Amino acid sequence: MNTQEKIREQLSGDKIVLYMKGSPQSPQCGFSAKATQMLGACGAKYASYDILSDPDIRQGLKEYSNWPTFPQLYLNGELVGGCDIMTELFQKGELQKLIAKAMG
Amino acid sequence: MMEPEDIKQMIELGLPGAHVLVTGDGHHFEAEVIASEFAGKSMLQRHQIVYRTLGSKMGNEIHALSLRTQAPGE
Repeated sequence: MNTQEKIREQLSGDKIVLYMKGSPQSPQCGFSAKATQMLGACGAKYASYDILSDPDIRQGLKEYSNWPTFPQLYLNGELVGGCDIMTELFQKGELQKLIAKAMG
Repeated sequence: MMEPEDIKQMIELGLPGAHVLVTGDGHHFEAEVIASEFAGKSMLQRHQIVYRTLGSKMGNEIHALSLRTQAPGE
């Protein structure tokens, strides 16, 4: 299974997926930490993947989503954005709605 | 190490006529971009347009770039 197939499988395995540096318990970058805090505040149940421990996925994602940085949040397999966009959505109360809708 | 001026020029090169303001500390940068290309585009698409002007720099020399994007008149 090549990297693009592995990414597709990960993204179809969970409604909410966060690719980040480190893990929610020990984030390795301030922006990844902030993303997990926002998801926690929204009460999101999500799958997280540490791209620091999987360079193939890290590189593959840049091509898959045409998004060069991390974290990357996906809802129902769709890229929502990075920490910047998550923050703007969170401040407008829209991230909460998107998360609730994705969790169904 | 990247300077805000370098990033400003790259964005302006990629988005001719855009109004670009960049600040930053060498690793983390903030940019305000006003460009007609953003009209009718989502926040995600706008950020992708800006990232495309920075090519391989994004995620490498530029660890993080937080963006505020607007179309003229917004």
